[in-house]
Amino acid sequence: MTTVQASTDSFLLAASKRPLPRWSSIGIGAGTLLVSALLFVVTPLDGVADFLVFWAVAYVVAMTTVSVVVEGSRRARDRLASTLTAGALILALIPLVAVLAFTIARGLGRFDMTFFTHSMLSVADSDAGGGAYHAIVGTIEQVGIATLISVPLGLLVSIYLVEYARGRFGRLVSTFVDVMTGLPSIVAGLFVLALWVLILKQGYSGFAGSLALVILMVPVVVRTTEEMLRLVPDSLREASFALGIPRWRTIQAVILPTALPGITTGVMLAIARVSGETAPLLLTVFGSSAINVNPFSGPQEGLPLFVFNEAGLPNDTALARAWAGALTLIALVILLNVVARLLVRRSKLQPS
Amino acid sequence: MGSPHPDGGSTLLVPETARPEAPNPKPRPTRAKERLADRVFRRLTAGSAAFILVILVAIALFLLDRALPAIYQDSTSFFTTRTWLPDSTPPVFGIAALTYGTLVTSVLAVLMAVPVAVGVALSVTSYVPRRAAQVVGYLVDLLAAIPSVVYGLWGLIFLVPAIGPLSKWLADYFGWIPIFTSQGIFGKSIFTASVVLAIMILPIIAAISREVFTQAPQSQKEAAYALGATKWEMIRTAVLPYARSGLISATVLGFGRAMGETIAVALVLSANYEINLHVLAPGGNTIAANIANTYGDAGKIGQGALIASGLVLFVITLIVNFGARAIVARNKDFRVGAA
Repeated sequence: MTTVQASTDSFLLAASKRPLPRWSSIGIGAGTLLVSALLFVVTPLDGVADFLVFWAVAYVVAMTTVSVVVEGSRRARDRLASTLTAGALILALIPLVAVLAFTIARGLGRFDMTFFTHSMLSVADSDAGGGAYHAIVGTIEQVGIATLISVPLGLLVSIYLVEYARGRFGRLVSTFVDVMTGLPSIVAGLFVLALWVLILKQGYSGFAGSLALVILMVPVVVRTTEEMLRLVPDSLREASFALGIPRWRTIQAVILPTALPGITTGVMLAIARVSGETAPLLLTVFGSSAINVNPFSGPQEGLPLFVFNEAGLPNDTALARAWAGALTLIALVILLNVVARLLVRRSKLQPS
Repeated sequence: MGSPHPDGGSTLLVPETARPEAPNPKPRPTRAKERLADRVFRRLTAGSAAFILVILVAIALFLLDRALPAIYQDSTSFFTTRTWLPDSTPPVFGIAALTYGTLVTSVLAVLMAVPVAVGVALSVTSYVPRRAAQVVGYLVDLLAAIPSVVYGLWGLIFLVPAIGPLSKWLADYFGWIPIFTSQGIFGKSIFTASVVLAIMILPIIAAISREVFTQAPQSQKEAAYALGATKWEMIRTAVLPYARSGLISATVLGFGRAMGETIAVALVLSANYEINLHVLAPGGNTIAANIANTYGDAGKIGQGALIASGLVLFVITLIVNFGARAIVARNKDFRVGAA
């Protein structure tokens, strides 16, 4: 009898032990801050990062100890878990803030009119001028062509998967789309290099880059569109069929318009993703310092490629251009993301 | 990134295998005979679907077509050699060091990213208030949207110098563990590349984990609370067991991303072709970074050799992805039982 009683007691959150008051975490935080500050003044410990790490560890140890003593081990474990997950959250946001702050601070230096209106033709690495006009033109063309090919293809594949697919072939296609999602971007570049540039001897061009981007874009478009099409209520399909409307008309006039905002969002996110791709461009577009507005012939530049090339140079002037390019790229990607999110807010279909 | 979720999350990145239930087939009209227009449209969509298969098969075939001649030209063993001089006479090249670097950087990146990402996902789904969770969701997705070349640039200029003291500290206090031994030079090391990779794969793993956690059945959570569980006990008994296969998927997907990542690694590594156990020492290389760094100067055999190494990368990612599918498929019964 007594043993059963004892084990139940230790398992229940003991009623006699009151939980720590809410201010305790602030109090212990302040206390450990004070102690760590003192230690850093008195002992040879040094450095801002070291201090923050020391304080965080001290806080976790102190908080857990106090909690075990006052509240018991079960509440202490709960508290430790919530502290650690919050810590993970802060840790994850540090690089985001660092990358954004660093890029903005360094990028603004060359974020000027010259940068957006000039190419790098006959600009030496060590010259202060030069710009990314040729790279921006290239990126717009490459990504534009890739979008024009990927969106119809991706739409058709996802319509097949949602509306028609049954049995093994559908599962096979779905598996292959997954494989394509995991395909390293450099492999997509190598494929276009092998087929288009080396075997068909079409040479480096913006279009070759677009082909590589298509391979990366299609699975993204398929997956988002699929998700959206599955959200269209079956009652809409049934109502349309009941009116005697043929299947292809139902898909085109009922299902697609209903899912449109979501699909648009997916497409924009896909565009944002491939706009920053560098590796495949390196192998297919090759890069150029002059303006080449024809995507079908001759090497072009792309914005990510521009950043990569300038970053590899030892000159500060080149590095400044690289940062300005990076800032442009981030601004573009964030803009696409924000617009995509705003669009989905207006959508009536919401994932459950 | 991916299909947007009301609380700022995304579902796109979740591989099909990680999703909880197979969607039902959609209703279809009950007609004995299919109209012509319907048949044309159905064939068009089926043809597009088949085209996906064609693309992937073509990738394998054309890479092989270019890779095999180069491998035949190789005067040493392609799989065990640690040198990369494909355009010398005779050509000497092998992927041993590159494969090693690829696997080590990716494993380290996953080891660093997964605990943090799971912590982020847990705190967003269970601890942080809903409004704040939305904001954090957006921010983490933003982290995923930043192009890899920007991470590379940041890694090269900011992280390489900043990681010196950390590397030195690790070497000073943990130098007795063989992998942390160092000669006193720090910076462009395998470790630095892993940190950059960890930052880059963190949002993907976090997004999938968050998705999986939100799908844990509400009834189980409430049951755990009703039995007097604390929040952490609820998570341990009701959320984590349910999420196990999804978390494996997320980890493997992150691992695959890390292996294929090119530009960021190419910028932060000072390339060599050694197999070096000491992750803090400068040097090391990965398959993808090697392609980006040496492609510009590659001759005919050099290009073939790079394509061959890319083929190896492709095969490794395939094996990893299908391995994950197998693990998830095996765990499926367990998950259905728990649901």
